[in-house]
Amino acid sequence: MLQITDLHTYYGESHVLQGVTLAAARGTVTAVLGRNGVGKTTLCRSIAGLTPARAGAVVFDGNDITRTPPYRIHDLGISLVPQGRRIFPSLTVQENMAIAVNTTRSQGWDLQKVFAVFPRLAERRQNRGNELSGGEQQMLAIARALVARPTFLILDEPTEGLSPMLVAEVAGVIRRLKDEGTSILLAEQNAAFAVKVADYVHVMSKGVVVHSTDPVALWQNEEVKTQLLGVPAAVSPPNTRPGT
Amino acid sequence: MTYLITQTLNGLFSAALLFLIASGLTLAFGVMKIVNIAHGSFYMLGVYIAYTVILRTQSLLLGAAAAIVVVSALGFVMQRFFLRRFGNDPLAQMMMTMGFALLFRDATLMIWGGDPFTLQYPGWLRGSMEAGDVVFPYYRLFVIVVAALVGVALWAINEKTLLGARLRATVDDPEMASAMGINVTLLSGLVFAAGAGLAAFGGVMGGPILGGYAGLDFDLLPLAFVVVIVGGMGSLKGAFVGSLVVGMIDNYGKALVPELSYFTLFAPMILVLALKPTGLYGRA
Repeated sequence: MLQITDLHTYYGESHVLQGVTLAAARGTVTAVLGRNGVGKTTLCRSIAGLTPARAGAVVFDGNDITRTPPYRIHDLGISLVPQGRRIFPSLTVQENMAIAVNTTRSQGWDLQKVFAVFPRLAERRQNRGNELSGGEQQMLAIARALVARPTFLILDEPTEGLSPMLVAEVAGVIRRLKDEGTSILLAEQNAAFAVKVADYVHVMSKGVVVHSTDPVALWQNEEVKTQLLGVPAAVSPPNTRPGT
Repeated sequence: MTYLITQTLNGLFSAALLFLIASGLTLAFGVMKIVNIAHGSFYMLGVYIAYTVILRTQSLLLGAAAAIVVVSALGFVMQRFFLRRFGNDPLAQMMMTMGFALLFRDATLMIWGGDPFTLQYPGWLRGSMEAGDVVFPYYRLFVIVVAALVGVALWAINEKTLLGARLRATVDDPEMASAMGINVTLLSGLVFAAGAGLAAFGGVMGGPILGGYAGLDFDLLPLAFVVVIVGGMGSLKGAFVGSLVVGMIDNYGKALVPELSYFTLFAPMILVLALKPTGLYGRA
């Protein structure tokens, strides 16, 4: 569904992605893990068209979107839940979603479904973005991506700064979307969370993918966990597994 | 008392014209961060185009329509094919708008000559309203009402429509707006065009009073900038309040202490900048 080949992305002179190659299969959750600063967010931005790659290719459903403008990529069915949420502060909850609505795909989410699934957003629908709590903003960022009826969803650090209860809610949403057939790319520092929801895991370091495996194998690989993910060796394996 | 009422009404008339000019200037700044030196030229071109059309048709309405259409199109082309190339360089953009302003000034001189004139307006707007000792021309009253209606319409579009929400999203965070499916480039061109059209409409409204003459563009530009800076760059509400403040101050200043007219105009601006650098309704 999404094929990334030898992607090189720069911020000015700074060479951030140094040849990333990975694929995300249809209907799966693909996690990209790694410490802060390894290029996860840049990878998300390059796919969404915000920081186009200088070399390499992003191919989505057979279309080369490497240098397609972001609003066209959004139309093609890729939605972004950006790092830091980036809710529009002067728009109401409802407006934040309304501007992103895309009805070219007949099936999928609309505002009614969002309000049914996130009752908190329904209560706050007339509040402006800058009046929301961090958790509410994260739910809105996800909802804003969903009303575009994406076939491919990019989640960049969706659990950052959330309480354990809200992290569990995000996990529930990811599983639900996967069941509905949405393909997901999940960029996370929180490896313990990612391995619970992902079908496949890529580990990045210094702008390249250095390790690709299934989540169970990753969690048993102490070397990768401590060296590349910063997970202390003492942390016990998560008790839920994909598919359980 | 009569003096106060008359001067206040005159101040409202100035504020009405200023609002028509400044609202477009502030919208363009909000969406594109463009400091548009050519904005006064849009006003001036509006006056001259309407002049030509009204001479042939005797219709203020047709003159206004022609001015809005032509100047909007000019603004769109200017943004789309020139300013957009310097998307991330405000200084280059400003210099380019300066170049356009000089170009428009010379083109106006070449096409229309330098003789001053005023626009004709319909008979039913001639004459003056008389209430007690207060005498106030109907036409000025008409302009105040029209500007107020434009203000309400702009507010409704900005706050109550999907287009307005897209516009505010783009002002908030242009990058995220594009990631959410908004064609920010096209929207910017349309906003710039609409702002140019509003200024041209302001020119047509002001034309019967202030007229058209060489140098009109740069006479109005500083006033428009003071409005936008006092109100807060990018804020429509700020343009509204700023127009009222500047219109009143400029009018009373010129009436009471004419020799200090530039002081009374710029002193409040400096005061606002010192106390609240983002302007009354601007954002950091």
